[in-house]
Amino acid sequence: MSLQVDNLTVYYQTLRGDVQALEDATFSIADGEIMGLAGESGCGKSTLANSLIRLVPPMRFVRGQVRLDGEVLPIDDARRMSDYRFSRLSVIPQYAMNALNPTRKVGKMVAELLGSKGVDFAAMIPELKRRLDLVELSHDVLKMYPIELSGGMKQRVVMVLSTLLNPSLLIADEITSALDVSTQKAVAEMLVGFRDRGFVKSLIVITHDISILYQIADTILIMYAGQLAEKAPTDVIIRAPRHPYTKLLIASLPEVGVRYAKRRLSGIPGRPPLLLDPPAGCRFRERCSVAFEKCLEAPPFVELEPGHFVACWKELGEDADA
Amino acid sequence: MLTLEHVSKVYRVGTFGGRALVAVHDVSFDVRDGEVVSLIGESGSGKSTIGKMILRLIPATSGRIVFNDVDISTLKGPALKEYYRRVQGVFQDPFSSYNPIFKADRVFRLIRDEFFPTIAPSEWQGRVEDALRAVGLNPGQVLGKFPHQLSGGQLQRFLIARALLLDVEFLVADEIISMLDASTRVDVLNLLADLKSRGLSILFITHDLSLGYYISERAVILYQGCILEMGATERIFGTPLHPYTRMLMASAPRLDKKWEQVEIELRGKHLESAAGCVYYDRCPEATRDRLCRTQRPALVAVDDDHFVACGRYA
Repeated sequence: MSLQVDNLTVYYQTLRGDVQALEDATFSIADGEIMGLAGESGCGKSTLANSLIRLVPPMRFVRGQVRLDGEVLPIDDARRMSDYRFSRLSVIPQYAMNALNPTRKVGKMVAELLGSKGVDFAAMIPELKRRLDLVELSHDVLKMYPIELSGGMKQRVVMVLSTLLNPSLLIADEITSALDVSTQKAVAEMLVGFRDRGFVKSLIVITHDISILYQIADTILIMYAGQLAEKAPTDVIIRAPRHPYTKLLIASLPEVGVRYAKRRLSGIPGRPPLLLDPPAGCRFRERCSVAFEKCLEAPPFVELEPGHFVACWKELGEDADA
Repeated sequence: MLTLEHVSKVYRVGTFGGRALVAVHDVSFDVRDGEVVSLIGESGSGKSTIGKMILRLIPATSGRIVFNDVDISTLKGPALKEYYRRVQGVFQDPFSSYNPIFKADRVFRLIRDEFFPTIAPSEWQGRVEDALRAVGLNPGQVLGKFPHQLSGGQLQRFLIARALLLDVEFLVADEIISMLDASTRVDVLNLLADLKSRGLSILFITHDLSLGYYISERAVILYQGCILEMGATERIFGTPLHPYTRMLMASAPRLDKKWEQVEIELRGKHLESAAGCVYYDRCPEATRDRLCRTQRPALVAVDDDHFVACGRYA
């Protein structure tokens, strides 16, 4: 078990009260697992990622525990986390294009970064070059400024950089959303390659584009309004989802091969609740067609079948009857 | 309804505008009445430039854009205003289309001040509400709000409603879906489909193939400012002929099948002559003996309503 998260709850502090952005997240990621994390904007997927990496105000740690390779991470202490960041768990941020220091050449920046972690840059150069080859970048990028690289190239530089010290867990936050389809495919496949070569043990891939996850992820975790809705192997989420939100979300995706004249897709009526003062119980209740009285209580995130977790009273009820 | 004839756009770049960047090269296509044409291409392919030229936000360097038999570059004064009454655009980022210090319905008031100053306020209010209902919004819920109080999908529908208040016949929709969430995306797409059945023509600019397929009758594939393939949507998606189109089809993530093993060239071959095919440096099928390297293939008809610009079909 590479990552184990228990009851992780993180709020944002605002003048008008706490925004309950992440509520009792409990899940685990196995060694070698690529977990996709999907949901609408504002559902808490980036909050989850950021709280694993760097939990600083306005974020506030409320409760929960995170274990990486069996070791408890001090996620509420940003200073002590720096021993783990980059070396044990690493991130490819959402705007990787803007993550590089524009005043340094790429090589100099890598050297400074490694130096800050007490790693000898000169000794890493052969490995660095080998990895640049893997992502089809010329070694000359080390002598270039970020402005000289295209968006896709910067993305790949950051990918190499984030994984240079072979972290146990890599979090990729919306890394493909700003890229063209062809570059998108190449970058997504490189992520899988990093896992297959053992550069990273497991991966969390955050995106709102579920069709990308279908291509690369082993499991998918769906979030809604700060709560976990469903986690299952990729094929199960796409073909046989059990949470009502997942069902609607999958049904609303346009695909090549679907025309409005033949099959008209439908969206999800309504909009997510405000998390400043979220409704009690299941937060999807108001948009859900099968909601009933029981939904006023927050449903637990229960494993219905091996590897298939659902937070929905309806599904739990059916299971209890059977 | 709208025809582009050999339209090109050259930007001057560099310190003193010394270098030329060809953003759009010799593009010709037409959009018929009540038709949705999707313009598909990667970033930098010139698709937004074409949209802006149609909206007359920037002039074309050469070629003609003809709307209902009138060259739009000749329009001036009242005739230009009449053009904007019938041709409108909606853009990618709904949040930056509004001035955040004014209420969102100011966009409707501006339309009235500019185009319909003689209409009584009560009648105008009725028209605004009808337009909002036509785009699936409840006027009572959305009027009088500031932009930050509305969601991206609502703001985007506001902009479409604004276009509907005019006697709009042609809509340039430039990546209007890409900033929206999956659940609201489909609603905006369906809205466009409904508007089309009311006789509106739409130029749907997108980089997302599945969205283009869902909504359009015809598709135009652009690469570096050149049309590589165009024709009926079924033909383009069913039997893509150009290597670039096929690469795009194979790399679009789909839910019904996993990615195929296709060759994606990230590192370009060196283009030896600027006169060659624009896709030469990434094309897996370009060979030296063919003229790909030195001669730009012309757009030829290979089937009924299916055109392709590739050396293999020239």
